[in-house]
Amino acid sequence: MADLTRLRAHEMAALLRARQVSSRALTEAHLAAAERQNRALNAWLVIGRAEALAQADAADKRIAEARREGPAVLAALHPLCGVPIGLKDLISVKGGQATAGSKILAGYIAPFDSTVAARLRAAGAVILGKTNMDEFAMGSSTEHSAYGPTANPWDLTRVPGGSSGGSAAAVAAYNVPVAVGTDTGGSIRQPASMCGVVGVRPTYGRVSRYGIVAFASSLDQIGPFARDTRDAATLLHTLAGRDERDATSAPVPVPEELLHLPAGDDEAASYLKGRRLALPREYFVDGMEPGVAARVREAVAAMAAAGATVEEVSLPHTHYGLAAYYIIAPAEASSNLARYDGVKYGYSDRSSGEYIADYLRTRGAGFGPEVKRRIVLGTYALSAGYYDAYYLKAQKVRTLIKADFDAVWEAGFDAICAPVSPTVAFPLGARVEDPVAMYLSDACTLPVNMAGLPGMSIPAGLSDGLPVGLQIIGAPWSELSMLRLARAYEGITARAPWRAFEPAELKLTDDPTTPGPIERKERHNLGAPAAGPGARA
Amino acid sequence: MANLTRADVEHVAHLARLGLTEDELARFEGQLNHILDQYAVLASLDTEHIAPTAQTIELANNLRDDVVQPSLPVEDALANAPERSGDHFLVPAIIGGGGGA
Repeated sequence: MADLTRLRAHEMAALLRARQVSSRALTEAHLAAAERQNRALNAWLVIGRAEALAQADAADKRIAEARREGPAVLAALHPLCGVPIGLKDLISVKGGQATAGSKILAGYIAPFDSTVAARLRAAGAVILGKTNMDEFAMGSSTEHSAYGPTANPWDLTRVPGGSSGGSAAAVAAYNVPVAVGTDTGGSIRQPASMCGVVGVRPTYGRVSRYGIVAFASSLDQIGPFARDTRDAATLLHTLAGRDERDATSAPVPVPEELLHLPAGDDEAASYLKGRRLALPREYFVDGMEPGVAARVREAVAAMAAAGATVEEVSLPHTHYGLAAYYIIAPAEASSNLARYDGVKYGYSDRSSGEYIADYLRTRGAGFGPEVKRRIVLGTYALSAGYYDAYYLKAQKVRTLIKADFDAVWEAGFDAICAPVSPTVAFPLGARVEDPVAMYLSDACTLPVNMAGLPGMSIPAGLSDGLPVGLQIIGAPWSELSMLRLARAYEGITARAPWRAFEPAELKLTDDPTTPGPIERKERHNLGAPAAGPGARA
Repeated sequence: MANLTRADVEHVAHLARLGLTEDELARFEGQLNHILDQYAVLASLDTEHIAPTAQTIELANNLRDDVVQPSLPVEDALANAPERSGDHFLVPAIIGGGGGA
């Protein structure tokens, strides 16, 4: 059989049911790829070979039992049963690490399953390991990981985006067909765009966050990465739904049709007929690369040619989104991260014997620079005398941003199409010491989080040989129609030459002499590698 | 809009119980002021009569049935504790200054 790692999840599901492949063989193939390439990519913080193989054997047993019970039972088996998956390392899987990319959680062992992990276990998915990320999901390049940056398989000298850069790179490099990330300001869509894969941020409240490490609680959502829309929709269906352990998870039904997006390209494309798409002029921001704007406009033109109506709209408060987001997110983070006190879990320095001094040292040594910047910013924005000027002001601006989107839905549009990131993947080290430049790469994604909407990135071609994503934004709870639109776009571009391209430097990742991103970082003298508590041996 | 001095950064970091090195204080002062400069754009927007938004999905009283369910076992809850005393987290002495109080 051809390389098993090139299969999509739905193709694996069909082969597993037809007895043409076992979950063990799939898992072995993906483990081998992940282990071989991790030196060059650093996409994984841990690869759980033994646990993954045990889960694969359990899945094979389930499939065999289902087969014995008859075709109906076999057909009813969960589509992800036996399929390898990667989870961002802020998702609790009982008995395993959950560092959130931070030294302060080095050595922490999750004492319970997150709801998403429990749902994936119930489905029979095979958890291959935990993926790299910006510390506490704060960043847009995965360079703020305490365990070294992840490289982009399209160009190993460039970032994969972030904060879920490990999940995006692992899916792009065929280490897994699907992965899970979180999106607080673009942390699924932006790395999906930069790595050329599909990434979906669901509506706020769609997926339970029980058991994930919190960053900004009014903005965080969990969502899927995949190499096509059908797999992304299947994984979203698996993750989604009300959970009584998360009071912010909404009692909104999850459409079964997510499991049945059209397989045929022509059938999928027919969904575009009569759809109304909005193109917001404010999203073509200053500093946007011409190649990015061109790919997005071409994508929208292709959808118009296939029967959709495209109209330019205005989202007039877009310009204020960045500032408002970078007040609200750090404010919530400063509160959420107060829990890392060195008492209940995590890194603890008790060397001075003096309570406050030890507290300061624990947090000072445990957190990295970007997390510290955001805690200081957030604490400042919430402090006496500044609360009204910053936090309250930002919450009012949030109302205006949400109202901009509401007006688009009220005008009858089905979705908004926009760029994801103003640029293609940028070089490692280019923005790491310039927080504002780093923040600007979220300018087109964070308004979606501010308004609580679903949004996704789907590959739309290349610029300078690097992937460009098209962002599709939907009304609250409209994930199904958003994914149908994305599937339609996949259908009309199925024969585009760029669809056949693989990440350009994938071959290099197989070469054991290729330097990894940590070595590259040291070589360019871009800061010391992880040291102190939790530095990896 | 305000301008953060080095003393402000030190004060806020202390409020957040964040020990910063001299080098970090120097670097953060510049970087944080650059970030605060970006916030200035908000002042130009009239929001006097706009209500704040804290959450985006209008969800109220999302209740579950009041049924007793198993809690996290004590041993599991304590498994990650840096120090414990019996069935408790060992907290550094808070009252009385030095370590012995």
